[in-house]
Amino acid sequence: MIPTSYYILLSAILFVIGATGVLVRRNAIVIFMSVELMLNSANLAFVAFARQFQPAGAVSQAALSGQVFVFFIMTVAAAEVAVGLALIVAIFKTKHSIDVDEVHQLKG
Amino acid sequence: MTTSDFNAILPVLVLTSWACVLLLVDLWIPKDRKAITAWLAAAGLAATLAVVWLLSGFNLSGFGGMVALDGFSRFVSAVVLVAGIVVVVIAPGYLNQRQIERGEFYILLLFTISGAMLMASASDLVIVFLALELLSIPLYVLAGFARPRAESEESALKYFLLGAFASGFFVYGVALTYGATASTNFQQIAAAVAAGQANLLLLSGGAALILVGLGFKVAAVPFHMWTPDVYEGAPTVVTAFMSVGAKVGGFAALLRVFFTAFPALSANWAPTIALIAALTMTLGNVAAIAQSSIKRRLAYSSIAHAGYILMAVVAGGAAAFSQFAASSALFYLLAYGIMNLGAWAVVIALEKRDGTTNPIDDFAGLGAARPGLAIAMTLFMLSLTGLPPTVGFIGKFYVFRAAIDAGYMWLALIGVVTSLVSAFYYLRVVMVMWMKPGEGPVALPRSLGWVVGVMAVATLVLGVVPAPLMAAAGRALLSLFASA
Repeated sequence: MIPTSYYILLSAILFVIGATGVLVRRNAIVIFMSVELMLNSANLAFVAFARQFQPAGAVSQAALSGQVFVFFIMTVAAAEVAVGLALIVAIFKTKHSIDVDEVHQLKG
Repeated sequence: MTTSDFNAILPVLVLTSWACVLLLVDLWIPKDRKAITAWLAAAGLAATLAVVWLLSGFNLSGFGGMVALDGFSRFVSAVVLVAGIVVVVIAPGYLNQRQIERGEFYILLLFTISGAMLMASASDLVIVFLALELLSIPLYVLAGFARPRAESEESALKYFLLGAFASGFFVYGVALTYGATASTNFQQIAAAVAAGQANLLLLSGGAALILVGLGFKVAAVPFHMWTPDVYEGAPTVVTAFMSVGAKVGGFAALLRVFFTAFPALSANWAPTIALIAALTMTLGNVAAIAQSSIKRRLAYSSIAHAGYILMAVVAGGAAAFSQFAASSALFYLLAYGIMNLGAWAVVIALEKRDGTTNPIDDFAGLGAARPGLAIAMTLFMLSLTGLPPTVGFIGKFYVFRAAIDAGYMWLALIGVVTSLVSAFYYLRVVMVMWMKPGEGPVALPRSLGWVVGVMAVATLVLGVVPAPLMAAAGRALLSLFASA
């Protein structure tokens, strides 16, 4: 069996890639995809920990609460996509660009 | 779902069902009479407030300890609900003037408020996460409500991207905490830490990431970058709610998570939050001086006030003082809500129809044109500075005392010095209002006049007799500490 720490390391790498992407990339959709990567790295960490807390052949409360959290994250991420893409489309209609550097009416 | 589950979420349930029904009812309300939707939304908020009041004295826990309805959640719910009613009262006139009167405004507002209420009753990180998103997602839409105005859209995009970024941190922090303690429930996390079963490395990483996530929500330095732009670009009624509702919700979660789930780690998080509080107070107040737009100035002011409330959170790290610290935080949240909503209401009254920049010079001559409004604004500015006899003074007094009791003398000193700095930019507004000649009369809708009047009276009355409110805040916390 692959040790849990490998999964956690992978999830940490994904999280860092996601966070760097948000800070470095300028296209609103790519930034948004990087945020999704961060959320999914958390999902990976949750299921990996849940597997660790799962005794063989039995259902444990501890494992379930982690697995259920994953479903909540996926649902909320879907809701966020709905709102986020709508906002990006609205901006594209007025600006004809989704480059965040070109959205700078407000100083700061 | 048992009866006690049902009762524990009853206020949130009432409000969300009302919002869902209103979403349908709104379809039959003609476009030019959306004020009806506003009245129905206000009725829903009032009904929820009544439910909160009827449940007072109960201490309920539901869904296997995931949700708790106690004094703390009732106090916070009441603050957010009242802020919601205030915004619903002033919104129809504002939205109508700008031709963005759509019924969805009120419904989104109701959903946001239910999110803030749920934040305060969460006792499991799953619920904190859901409530955080329920609070944030409608607010993203509300920030962009003045579409297709470019500022409003930009504000919404910035708020959305940075808010989602913050949720990413929060969720990863929860994942690490879960890995360390095998649970997401506050009590079980605290129990696992106390029993020494927790992996401290994972746990402190998790707590730090959760702090980052919530720090974004309450606009603490260095996670504050979005605040001035979002506050400036969003429609002013939305900004008024955002500055109170989102902050109160964020602090409610922060207090609950750090006081009930991580009390054993306080030796680690208290100094960290102390540093954040010091930075927040300093940067918020110093940066506010340079702003020429009143909306940006109040945005930095709201950052600075987050620092003062964080000071109370820091003080709560010392177990012996945590009860007084938490009640001073609750008192400050309410005081901040009152004076800030009042100030924003005055800003709304003065905003030009197409006004996008809101320069401070708009206030010139207000003292001559509208003495009542100018007196109220003077009161709010004095209160935000923290001068007696206003509620802002009492709030700061309690927070500083909590910090000094807990041994954070240096933090309280920074608080006093930054308050002096803040006098410079708050009182400048007062000076412009009374000393500079202005253009002429300002139209003041009656609903706005009422709101400003009530907030001004509350600022003054609670500043003179704060004891009953502080006692109420203390009572609200009894159950929180009994269970912890």
